[in-house]
Amino acid sequence: MRILYFAWLRERVGMAEEELELPAAVRNVQELIDWLRQRSPRHSEAFGDQGLVRCAVDQDFAALDAPVGQAREIAFFPPVTGG
Amino acid sequence: MQAADFDAGAELAALSQDGAGGIASFIGVVRGADAGGRRILGMTLEHYPGMTERALGRIAEEALARWPLTGCTIVHRVGRLSVGENIVFVGAASAHREAALQAVAFLIDWLKTSAPFWKAEEFEGGLHQWVAARAGDIAAAASWQAPEPHGLPVRPARL
Repeated sequence: MRILYFAWLRERVGMAEEELELPAAVRNVQELIDWLRQRSPRHSEAFGDQGLVRCAVDQDFAALDAPVGQAREIAFFPPVTGG
Repeated sequence: MQAADFDAGAELAALSQDGAGGIASFIGVVRGADAGGRRILGMTLEHYPGMTERALGRIAEEALARWPLTGCTIVHRVGRLSVGENIVFVGAASAHREAALQAVAFLIDWLKTSAPFWKAEEFEGGLHQWVAARAGDIAAAASWQAPEPHGLPVRPARL
């Protein structure tokens, strides 16, 4: 599965994207965040304040309980600030 | 969505077509100072390729569904922009002014909260800082959530 990071999440994790095999126990966005946090100190710090993290599953905004099993692409980013 | 600047006159001319009786627009430009008065040297607009196009398409479709528009346009720039440069153009045309004016306010309010763009401002000394989402922007977008069952949506109180 392709995991993407944008804006300060990209800077804190230290990469724009990574290709990962998710364990079967990771079923939704919250479980994915919990799993990613354990991957490195940088991941842990990037996801430190979860209130500032938003998610999209296959390019649609997704809530924490959204399923991730069938997704091809999951993105994490701060609240958007365009316009 | 584009890195290059846009020609607002050409965008407005493109909206001036049969049936249009009024054209409204909004242009966002890079400010020279942040909320605390600190001098800004420029900014970088990051976006999520693929999702951004989908999100902008949905916002435009929503405006076309809510108001009797003859056309609407969203142009959003990405990449590095200097102070005073254009960031975004939003335009809407309709037979009458009210729909065009309201649609433009709606388009920019929704764009600010539901299209995946992120701004990083540049300051003296090579510092850059990601802009935080404003509660006022979120409230403005939320004020458009409930359209009236008949006719035009209620205008938000702040307009």
